[in-house]
Amino acid sequence: MGKQGGDSSRLINEQGLRLDGRRIDELRPIKIQVGILKNADGSAFIQFGKNKIMAAVYGPKEVHPKHSALPNRSVLRCRYHMSPFSTEERKNPAPSRREIEISKVIREALEPALMLEDYPRTAIDVFVEVLQSDGGSRCAGISAASVALADAGINMRDLVAACAAGKVAGQVVLDIDDTEDKEGQADLPIALMPMSNQITLLQLDGQLNDEEFGKAFSYALEGCKTVYRLQREALIGKYFGHEDGVKEIEQ
Amino acid sequence: MPGEVVARGNVRADLNVVRSGDKVISTRVGMAEISHDVARVVPFSGPYIPRIDDLVVAKIIDYSAFAWEADMNSCFFGILPAQSVFGRDYSPAKDSLTDKLQVGDMIAAKVIAFDRTRDPLLSISGPGLGRIPRGQVVKISPAKVPRLIGKKGSMIKTIEAGTKCRMLIGQNGMVVIVGSPDDTLRAIKAITLVEEEAHSADLTERVQRLLGMDTTPQAPQEGVADEPVPQASAGENAEGTPLEQDSPHNPVEEEGQVPSPAHPDQTS
Repeated sequence: MGKQGGDSSRLINEQGLRLDGRRIDELRPIKIQVGILKNADGSAFIQFGKNKIMAAVYGPKEVHPKHSALPNRSVLRCRYHMSPFSTEERKNPAPSRREIEISKVIREALEPALMLEDYPRTAIDVFVEVLQSDGGSRCAGISAASVALADAGINMRDLVAACAAGKVAGQVVLDIDDTEDKEGQADLPIALMPMSNQITLLQLDGQLNDEEFGKAFSYALEGCKTVYRLQREALIGKYFGHEDGVKEIEQ
Repeated sequence: MPGEVVARGNVRADLNVVRSGDKVISTRVGMAEISHDVARVVPFSGPYIPRIDDLVVAKIIDYSAFAWEADMNSCFFGILPAQSVFGRDYSPAKDSLTDKLQVGDMIAAKVIAFDRTRDPLLSISGPGLGRIPRGQVVKISPAKVPRLIGKKGSMIKTIEAGTKCRMLIGQNGMVVIVGSPDDTLRAIKAITLVEEEAHSADLTERVQRLLGMDTTPQAPQEGVADEPVPQASAGENAEGTPLEQDSPHNPVEEEGQVPSPAHPDQTS
């Protein structure tokens, strides 16, 4: 829970602007690059505000150990990891409980979009490495992983775009950063399959009443749609002309 | 883009698309090809997924008592049964697999079976198939194979003419080049050019210029090839490349090994 009073005016000031100057319904600047890792089958690098996250996909490939293989579809394995230098204080490289949870959550967010039945007895490995973290990394990681999977040429029903909203200083806002997350009252990350309009991730940390939830959810949905537009443009850019498949929005 | 609607209504969902109610949606990043009755997406990249009747170039990586296992540049490994090479009366007691094919050998093979329940089954019985005794192997993205072959084989013929090499292109992206070392290097440069610039319109002229050939246009205008005839590459047939024919008599059809041919569900 955050503190009220003096801190409220810091997080959202009299003009309704936030610490970094954004409005309450404004996304941070986003840049997506496709296919920058030579060794991975598919890769994407996303910069979401100050977050810098690399996603790499290997697969479909043989499963080792063989007994983990499924006879009728591929096994999706995800690893979300924060580099030791991704945060202000060195983060211990060993997987923390939070990273294990986020790994699972990312897998469950991506799985419905992948046509795993097309690749029986294989594995698809997704690595999400956070190089610099500033709140909302699981959403940015999912968005990058989705682009990396498309880059790897894996059959997908849809892309997955993710974005978070939250409640800060008593107000519902879009896309909270690390400070807002730490001092705010709620964090609501969601992931969306935009063409079929289905949610694949919905989490809530904190407390929102019905009305706040509705508002936060619709903010986050809009955020997802913006992210989706950038994912598309990054993928198209790779094959039709932008160098490195870069697509960015500027503030 | 995956999830994008490619077509609606009564069109057949072909490669890399999936039907969802009234809509046909893409499953890959690529170019959509829509005609009045068929919709498909030609992807820009992606792994090789074997299809029945594909000609592939594979490398033997292992063997058991009953079959060789081959790397087909795919996430699935190809199986070549000993019976289809030795004959129906093959027995591990009297015949040794290494007599015919050893680990590391390159083969030109045909995919005769592949479905969800089993790894791809290969055959080297047939014209132009078998062990590849010499040559240099180059790997390209399987998505670029139609471009490398060209319309009616025009691109591969161009490269072969310009380098005096013979080439065998597998649908799985493995290409064998046979020629002198210098000519082979020039052929590799041409192949690299095709792979990297597959989208440009004047690719044939650029290849001709690279190989120092006369660039007057002869054959029909170069375009993205249709689904190529999945037999030996056009250049192959024209030159009659003498691949070593190890495989004897027994055509696989006799074997009863061909399982019920369920097509791999690429478009499910």
